[in-house]
Amino acid sequence: MPETAETGLNVGEQAELTAPVAMIPGGVGAAAARSPARRQRSWYRVVSPVVVVGLWQAASSTGILPASKLASPASIAHTAYTLVVTNSPTYGTLQESLLVSCERWAVGLAVGVTVGVLLAVLTGLSRVGEAILDPILQALRSIPLLGLIPLFIVWFGIGELPKVLFVMLSALFPMYINTFAGIRGVDSKLGEVGHVLGLRRHEMLRHIVLPGALPAALTGLQLSVVFSMIALVVGEQINATSGLGFMITQAQQFLDNSVIMVALIIYAILGLLANGAVRLLERKALAWRRDFGQ
Amino acid sequence: MAPRLRAVKERTHSAERDVVSPPDPLTPATAASVRGLNRKFGDRIVLDGLDLDIAHGEFIALIGRSGSGKSTLLRALAGLDQEVTGQLSAAGPVSVAFQEPRLVPWKRVLANVALGLRVADPQASARTALDEVGLTERASAWPGTLSGGEAQRASLARALVRHPRLLLLDEPFSALDALTRITMHQLVLSLWTQHQPAVLLVTHDVDEALALADRVLVLGGGRITHSSSISLPRPRDRDHPNLVALRLRLLTELGVPAGRTD
Repeated sequence: MPETAETGLNVGEQAELTAPVAMIPGGVGAAAARSPARRQRSWYRVVSPVVVVGLWQAASSTGILPASKLASPASIAHTAYTLVVTNSPTYGTLQESLLVSCERWAVGLAVGVTVGVLLAVLTGLSRVGEAILDPILQALRSIPLLGLIPLFIVWFGIGELPKVLFVMLSALFPMYINTFAGIRGVDSKLGEVGHVLGLRRHEMLRHIVLPGALPAALTGLQLSVVFSMIALVVGEQINATSGLGFMITQAQQFLDNSVIMVALIIYAILGLLANGAVRLLERKALAWRRDFGQ
Repeated sequence: MAPRLRAVKERTHSAERDVVSPPDPLTPATAASVRGLNRKFGDRIVLDGLDLDIAHGEFIALIGRSGSGKSTLLRALAGLDQEVTGQLSAAGPVSVAFQEPRLVPWKRVLANVALGLRVADPQASARTALDEVGLTERASAWPGTLSGGEAQRASLARALVRHPRLLLLDEPFSALDALTRITMHQLVLSLWTQHQPAVLLVTHDVDEALALADRVLVLGGGRITHSSSISLPRPRDRDHPNLVALRLRLLTELGVPAGRTD
């Protein structure tokens, strides 16, 4: 068996990559998603969004819903199209803004998750590490991050750094707390097994401790994705000169709510995609649990 | 006291991790030797100056009432108890099969058996071990999908693949149904015959001890209070007069009133 089996990141070559999108809304169970009856019924999931959008459009077209309050779906779609094909002096292009926002999010999330895991390994494996690091991390965690924004502007100005840092911190704490709990929750009986099998410290970490902490760590990752998304939306609107947040602040000034809607819908799609990716990762990484019913 | 005996506190576990077992001139004369082993849990004395020698290739069954310290002794021999005092030496490698199979749930059966194995081709060795316990076709199964008997066989394979000179079995069959248990007894005997490790089987089942062991020890009051050798060839007839007599004797030693054999 290849190395991947040992990290717990291996799955059999089942037809797992089929229709990953189908599992994103509401997380249809893996096995269930594959059954034909279930797949047929998953078609029903489209019904309510389509009805809502239809009613919305009807309300806008008939003037019940004034365009000054909420743009119609059709005009939002048109705005999105226009933002993509034209490079307006006010907004730039949509794809450009999207790229900037994604970059902030990706960097912040990646650094936050990595640092969170590293800190959790340090505190989870060593009582000394816990005694030294955990109090300060718990203290930092209890500071409302939104309240830090004014300070961040004072410290780091209005460039990319405070935004990325804000995203990073939001991703860090859920990852840290859950991974730490996961490491501490690893069955000590398996530790004894590792001991009698003569595992060295790094092998114990690789084969027993980290895979054992993985389910909790993935729960942490899910929370990190959600929290960092919120941080991105908020952080980007502060003195932004680019990105989706910048588009929103510009649109606010020009009372162009269809642009705001476009940006919000894109945020929502990003969130859904990221959540789906984490779920897919979960299904792959925790295949050992799925096979005997979690 | 023999010079090979070291204080427990000074003992390194290097011997147990030594997978290669060359003809070693320093090989101890016994598979395990214990002198004056003490262990307290709080105020409760569990092992009280216990002495024990296990010969190479000897199959020992250790019985005792629950709480008598059977598992404590086994854990001390496995190097899992850092609190015991006294002298203790074991010829490595030492392998353990626990009451619950303790397979690592996120590793497939083969990877479980190969875990920590330091040989040229761990996978091949693991496969051979799985063959021996009759689990070849479950090599790529997740542990969670195994039956109780299969999981114990995987656990045995993981213990045996290290070619132990001392195999510690901590009530490994107690959670199995009666039929599976009989199959497992036969399997353990055949593996023992083939590999010739010394075996220390901790059990609360007198019949299991009588069916398998060369020597049955009773643990009570923190020491070995009784030792009986059984020279009958295996498989043994449960109703052999010698075994019937010994069963009564052992039950008496365990404090079960004579006449009750259930």
